[in-house]
Amino acid sequence: MIAIIDYKAGNLKSVECALKKLGLPCCTTHNLGEILSSERIIFPGVGAAGQAIADLRHLGLNEVLRQAFEIGKPILGICLGAQIILDKSEENSAQCLGLISGEVKLFPSPLFSEKNERLKIPHMGWNSVHLIKRHSVLEGIKPADEFYFVHSYYPVPASDKYVIGTTDYGIEFPSIIGYKNLIAMQFHPEKSGTPGLKILKNFCTWNGHYAE
Amino acid sequence: MLSKRIIPCLDVRNGKTTKGIKFKENVDIGDPVEMARFYYEEGADEIVFYDITASSERRDIMIDVVRRVAEEIFIPFSVGGGIRTIEDMRAVLLGGAEKVSVNTAAVKDPEIISAGAGAFGSQCIVLGMDVKKVELSEKTPSGYEIVIHGGRTYTGIDALAWAKKGEDLGAGEICLNSIDADGTKQGYEIALTSLISGNVNIPVIASGGAGNINHMHDVLKYSKADAALIASIVHYGTYTIKQIKDELHSRGIKVRNTW
Repeated sequence: MIAIIDYKAGNLKSVECALKKLGLPCCTTHNLGEILSSERIIFPGVGAAGQAIADLRHLGLNEVLRQAFEIGKPILGICLGAQIILDKSEENSAQCLGLISGEVKLFPSPLFSEKNERLKIPHMGWNSVHLIKRHSVLEGIKPADEFYFVHSYYPVPASDKYVIGTTDYGIEFPSIIGYKNLIAMQFHPEKSGTPGLKILKNFCTWNGHYAE
Repeated sequence: MLSKRIIPCLDVRNGKTTKGIKFKENVDIGDPVEMARFYYEEGADEIVFYDITASSERRDIMIDVVRRVAEEIFIPFSVGGGIRTIEDMRAVLLGGAEKVSVNTAAVKDPEIISAGAGAFGSQCIVLGMDVKKVELSEKTPSGYEIVIHGGRTYTGIDALAWAKKGEDLGAGEICLNSIDADGTKQGYEIALTSLISGNVNIPVIASGGAGNINHMHDVLKYSKADAALIASIVHYGTYTIKQIKDELHSRGIKVRNTW
């Protein structure tokens, strides 16, 4: 069973629908016992970091996530779930979970493309990912594959060793990060068509081992 | 680099898709869930549903469509039409839509934008703008005015000022529909799209007037639009999404390749 962490951060329905389509049993829950007894965890999120962290703490989910991470349960962070696993965020100056060392930054403004066109914020739409490391969860993903992004902040791990893939949007930012049994992506695999579904499927058979 | 998005728009009435020409004489042409899946599989980047149901049961019918669509397509989709309250927004988003779009309700009460952005995040809130070209005046210095009721009612609001206000209130995107161009198949209104998109820092979807791929190329190349909305040209089979994307790609527009 895959536990989709429910902390009122929205967009849970899409993750659930995608897993159902793939025939993968899942439950959307904030029940601590259910999460800890699940085989793996998806940690989604849309919204603001400050509120998300407050909601997680209120429900006791920050500690559960930490425990799950420490015992080696495979965890997939999505969007905001790829940000608040770091130490802190510029958004609401939030102190975050610190599962991976680093911080979350706001895109610089103004932001310009290589052709010197003004880029909008949020970064919204389909973009590609340059995979700089191999990872079982990304098996079968091709350089031309694109994924759906919608965000104004991006994760910056303290070390490059945590960076698995990057994306260009005026700057090159880490769009897939990972450490041990935790992998997290800034884009929405559940809204990224076939390659996104492939990532979710891969995650569901991943044993949680990752050698940097 | 970000791709330009190609977005089919499905008008839905009583749970069925229609395509109106200038908002008149709508004809039912299919099941929204089936059409959405078809476009998803063809490579659409996003889908817009616009609920034009007049009856009071509109919400339940549309929410059912939203739920079924969410089970079938794995790209973002938005729902507009008849969204008047935060509760309307919540129902659509909980149903599985990525975004909701507000148009008339925002004109009547702009605070719905900030309330929606506060409750669900800016990325969920699309400001739909129906715009007509008008004489330059003190009230409409941009030469474009916001209209509602499918273009029948002028609001006295300047389109550019409204776009900026929408952004300030927390809209995450603008869907900009030229009522003058809508249904004409004579091309998007590039001057309007360029004016709005060049003066806000949120994405703008150009809407109204697509008759061929050249029109799409022009609006994406020359107007700073982030996405192009299409309807008839795909609904009636003039082009497939793949044909559109192949052609745009060969003419130097960055689009998402899905095959």
